[in-house]
Parts: sequence; C-alpha cells; structure tokens
Amino acid sequence: MPTITMLYDAPRWEEKALIEAAKRKNVTLKAIECKDQYYNLAQINRAEYGDIVLQRCISYFRSLHLTALLEAHGVKVVNGLHEAIIAGNKLLTTLALIKAGVPTPKTMLAFTPQGSMAALNELGFPAVIKPVIGSWGRLLALVNDREAAEAVLEDREHMFPLYQVYYLQEKVNRPPRDIRAFVVGDKVVAAIYRVSADGSWRTNTSRGGKALNCPVTKEVEEICLKAARAVGEGVFGVDCMETADGLVVHEVNNTTEFRNSVPATGVDIPAHIIDYLVEKAK
Amino acid sequence: MKCVECDASIKLPSDVLEGEIVTCQDCGASYEVYRNERGEVDIRPAKVEGEDWGE
Repeated sequence: MPTITMLYDAPRWEEKALIEAAKRKNVTLKAIECKDQYYNLAQINRAEYGDIVLQRCISYFRSLHLTALLEAHGVKVVNGLHEAIIAGNKLLTTLALIKAGVPTPKTMLAFTPQGSMAALNELGFPAVIKPVIGSWGRLLALVNDREAAEAVLEDREHMFPLYQVYYLQEKVNRPPRDIRAFVVGDKVVAAIYRVSADGSWRTNTSRGGKALNCPVTKEVEEICLKAARAVGEGVFGVDCMETADGLVVHEVNNTTEFRNSVPATGVDIPAHIIDYLVEKAK
Repeated sequence: MKCVECDASIKLPSDVLEGEIVTCQDCGASYEVYRNERGEVDIRPAKVEGEDWGE
C-alpha cells in the first residue's frame, strides 16, 4: 500500500477528515505542517514525502511555491503545479475553459479604470469585477451601474498591483444558487447547490451560502469533467451556474473544501480522495 | 494554557494538529497551535485570514 503525505498549514475540518478517511482505509498518511519549516531548493529528502503528496495548504502562494519545489525534485503532488497555477487564477482558468470549448460567462480583461469602464460598457450592467486570485468570495464586486463600477475601480487602484489586473464578467442570469461539483480524478463524486444567504448575491458557503444535495445529472457530469480536464488532472471543485441555455462554468477550484458538502450529499468525499491518491501513487 | 485575553484555561482537543486554530470557550479569542522553541505544543494568537487563503 503506498504512503501519502499531506502538506498543510492551518488544518481545517477537511484535513482532519482526510486523516480519518486514511485511517479507515488502513492507508498510511503522514500529515506535515509545512508553514514553519524551511527548504533547500537544491536538495530535499524525497523519502520524507512518501509515494505521493496531497497538497492542502490553505495559503495559495505557499501551496504553489512548495508544490513547485517538490515537483522539481520528482515528487508526485496532487494537485500538480500546472493545475495549481491554472485553477488558482481565474483568468487562466477562463482561458483554459474557452480553449476546451466549455461554456463560461463572457469575460473581459483590462489594466486601467479607463479600459475597465470601456469593457463594462460593452458587457453591460450589472456586471461582476473579480480579483484574478482569491477565494471565498473575497473582493468580488457586483456593480449595478457606472457609478458603482467607478467606485470599485478607484479603490482597486490603491491596492496591490495584482488587483489592477481587472477581470470583468457578465452577470449571468441565474437562480439564487449555483452548483459546486467535486471532481476526483475522472469521476464527479458529488455535487451541491450553493444557495445564496438571504440578501447576498454570492453563493460561497463561507459567505453564509447553504449547501443542498444536487443530483449529478449527465449534464452536470459531462460539463464538470470537461472543465476539470481543461485545467488538468486531480481533485477539483467545479462551480457552474444554471442558465436558460444550459450550464456555464465560472470556476475550477484547487484544494477544494467539502465540510458542508459531505453532510449535504452523504458522500464520503475524503474517502474518494484517498482512493484516488492510492491509485495515482502506483 | 491560558487565554491572553481573558485568562481562561484553553483545552486542546486530543487529535489536535500543529497549525490548528482553537478558540477560547470563554471569550472567543482564536489561537494557533504550534511547537515552541522547546519543542512543546503551545498556542499563539492566530493570524487573521490571509489575502491568498481559500480553496
């Protein structure tokens, strides 16, 4: 039986559930807190990382750089560096989805408030401004009109340069919910509806969105697998929205969380992840 | 271990992991579990959410 090493910084319910799932399956899983360590870029102790590494750092940049280091030394990491780069950046994800022919909301890129206003005029209001890197619905802005957009853009101009890469997206006409599907390898193991909390347009469960079981229909399965394949191979949370013309995918998440989805769906998502790692380590 | 905010005792769960965030049951202050210079399990005030945190 292969051994798994799980890297983490701040363990959440998910990491503890993965440890428990490995125990239930008699799989050796070593959990390493990696935040307070240091690493020699020229040399690592490969044996320390077992047969396969599960990257579960909550900090995206920490996870990205550590994965790069391990992969450079031939360690197998899930998700891999390519997947982490693409899934961690909304613009790179959208480009991958477009290339793969996966329906995705119309999105514009601009670098200045002037360019952004021109793009928003073409998209029409309401529209959504998102940071290219970020999670949990942080700094997502729904702008209903020109004035609101100008205010958001002015604020962003005073922020770190990454926030001046303007990712501007049409506001998709959808019910007050979206779908989060869990892709593990080549399977969609579960899906939930994320229903917006009262008064909120965002559906993120970290913003009070409620998780309800969503049947994995043929349509959900096909589009989510295609979206995951567009990003690479591994474990992903694919987000899609229901529109009059069918499903559109707006995000593919790396290092996905599932604390609300396990009780909502009754699916043992961590066990599926452990099975996938065992298979992948062979 | 004592909460620096309210001096209440903070008990760690038996399956606690390094890096885990624990909360003071009395005042709600958050602490991160870490290993101190002496190699002992200890707590320190938790860092607020980082800009790149998330899934």
